[in-house]
Amino acid sequence: MQLRPHEGLQIDGFTLGEKLHTGGFATIWAVTHPDHDLPMVMKVPTILDGYDGPTIVGFEVEQMIMPRLSGPHVPKVIATGGFDVMPYIVTEMIDGGSFLPVFQKAPLPLSDVIEIAARMVAAVADLHRQHVIHLDLKPENFLQRKTGEMVMVDFGLSRHDQLPDLLAEEFTIPMGTYPYIAPEQYLRCRDDPRSDLFALGAMLYALATGRNPWGTPETLRGVRKRLWRDPEPPRAIRPEVPEWLQEIILRALSVDPMRRYQTAAQMAFDLSHPQQVALTARAHKVRRDGWLQVFDRWRVMRKIRRFTAPVSVAAQLASVPIIVVAVDLSPQGERLAEVLLRAVKRMLTIEPDARIACVNVIKTARIGLDQGTDDQGNNLHVVRLVQLKAWAGGIDLPDHRLTYTVLEGPDPGQAIIDYATANGVDHIMMGARGHSTTRRYLGSVSAQVVAEAHCSVTVIRLREGGAAEPAAPPLVEAVPA
Amino acid sequence: MRIAVLTDIHANREAFEAVLADVAAHGVDRIALLGDIVGYGPDPGWCCDQATALVAGGAICVRGNHDNAAAGAAEAMSTLARKALDWTRDRLGDGHVDFLASLPLTAEAEGVLFVHASASHPEDWSYVTSDTKAIPSFRATTARLILCGHVHVPLLASCDLGGMVREQAFRSSLPIPLLPSRRWLAVVGSVGQPRDGVAQAGWALVDTARAELTFRRTPYDVQTTAAKVRAAGLPEDLAVRLLQGK
Ligand SMILES: Nc1ncnc2c1ncn2[C@@H]1O[C@H](COP(=O)(O)OP(=O)(O)O)[C@@H](O)[C@H]1O
Ligand SMILES: [Mg+2]
Repeated sequence: MQLRPHEGLQIDGFTLGEKLHTGGFATIWAVTHPDHDLPMVMKVPTILDGYDGPTIVGFEVEQMIMPRLSGPHVPKVIATGGFDVMPYIVTEMIDGGSFLPVFQKAPLPLSDVIEIAARMVAAVADLHRQHVIHLDLKPENFLQRKTGEMVMVDFGLSRHDQLPDLLAEEFTIPMGTYPYIAPEQYLRCRDDPRSDLFALGAMLYALATGRNPWGTPETLRGVRKRLWRDPEPPRAIRPEVPEWLQEIILRALSVDPMRRYQTAAQMAFDLSHPQQVALTARAHKVRRDGWLQVFDRWRVMRKIRRFTAPVSVAAQLASVPIIVVAVDLSPQGERLAEVLLRAVKRMLTIEPDARIACVNVIKTARIGLDQGTDDQGNNLHVVRLVQLKAWAGGIDLPDHRLTYTVLEGPDPGQAIIDYATANGVDHIMMGARGHSTTRRYLGSVSAQVVAEAHCSVTVIRLREGGAAEPAAPPLVEAVPA
Repeated sequence: MRIAVLTDIHANREAFEAVLADVAAHGVDRIALLGDIVGYGPDPGWCCDQATALVAGGAICVRGNHDNAAAGAAEAMSTLARKALDWTRDRLGDGHVDFLASLPLTAEAEGVLFVHASASHPEDWSYVTSDTKAIPSFRATTARLILCGHVHVPLLASCDLGGMVREQAFRSSLPIPLLPSRRWLAVVGSVGQPRDGVAQAGWALVDTARAELTFRRTPYDVQTTAAKVRAAGLPEDLAVRLLQGK
């Protein structure tokens, strides 16, 4: 490396302005370039004199992964520079600042905790869909766009599961940030997206209670304790934390990755359906486990070498899909609803770990107020919910994997698509009206969903005029882009 | 520039043809053959003719130890290889022998070094089977990328700024970014006699502009080649090896 960064330095057309941040391994500079008319920052690693292996590898990883990411939850990469002159990465500037000051104000009002959590989890879900595990999630590494999206930075410890892992054998590299690091990461596993969910759990805990679940360990020994010691339940610190939120936080903080949320999308789903979070003993816990229990765990955990990691990030996401089933509850849809139920059951034999979200849409007029009650004066919403639950009665799934939602909107197809998009749904199953004439005049909801959804869609249709049911499952008509 | 890298064809016509068709489907600017066009397999003449035609069309081609032996050089070999070589020699014409003898030991283009075995003393035909065994190759050249064959099991290694050589795990079919901060060595898997347990032809696609390398596998009609090996009276082990890919 020949150049060191300083204000006024020109390199590859970029001019360095103010230094915005000095970290342990890098500095961040505001930069301009005549060809790029947007606010930008340049990250330059601080390489110690001589050979500074760990810093270099971390920056190589960042240079390798960042340009392969896209979407609102990562900064857009403008340019990278080689180590021969001065290594750097130029990205768009994210102007909303980091979440560190927000965390310093914790505990936050619960509505803020939930809202921030939902946005963080959505960002991580997006990252995982791009095959990347962050492995160093912490408040400083979450920035915010003016438009509200969370942006993750600092990919120097990350793992892209379709690229070689340059850090695989770098044992001198810090493995993460102590308050947030997952047990398996402590055991040097770098292949498990659920490690990020643990870090999210630790951050939610901090937002809700104002404390880190295991304090601020200074040593790896201090980190190791979380393999057997459970944190103080959030409700013991702050009783107004709802049970469902404690359930979510403690589930994300499970020691064994198998007992956590299996995907960020599943965690996001629970955060946006609080009434439907299945409460377990975790939700009701009021104090830490007794010493005998902790001792028993210690005897097992002190010898543990690893937890089973998934084959790949994509395989992990695919193994626990969220499937939306859109059910027509009208009398004309009754036969079709029966056939749809059978198709869902068959789907569960193929996808035994799937989560089923049953939805029904109440069609509202485009203009004007709608009466939320039917002719008999019943609340339509409640009526539909009861019907939906009755329909799903034959689906044999534990409560936390079966949910019911009644949506409202003038355009049922759009309501289904929006719900699927907002919840990171993997697959939609729905019926199609059989009669081509009605379909022609009323428009086909299923055709609209197949054409516009971002996920796979299975359409179930009654065989016209015949008794036989379709030869599904599953007839997949649309495949995610 | 997109370069298709094929090595250790070993007189396997079905595998060679399948890979060339796959290469054409991917669209490349250049083909590089890293040697061992003949030896072991039942179609040495055809494979030599094909290689000659490719070279006439601009392909890079370097010499392997089996090519060297087939062209008359004394090479130390396993009994199996020796038996197959004697059979091969009887089936090559003068033109084939001249072509094999004319091949260089190394070639360089676009900052890439092409060689059959180690880049350090290529004529010793040492096997690059680990990161440690890749060290001499990195010392022998300043090329940013070294491509070799000979082992029949693919391998990827990098040499970082501090000179540390490390093997890198990779997956087939996914482009691997060849970071400019490192130098890279790839042992390309064998077209005609894979030995990593997958009975499909191995090759690699290098994109010098994007600085990416992709290890690829192409299925081919193994049954036919194995039947030809048997019909030719070549050792049975050679047929079994093809069927099992090891
Ligand atoms: N694209 C960006 N836009 C605005 N600020 C940024 C950007 N990238 C980083 N920063 C700021 O710099 C800090 C450190 O960046 P980071 O990449 O995490 O470096 P380090 O490895 O030093 O932690 C962030 O917390 C943030 O405040
Ligand atoms: Mg950081």
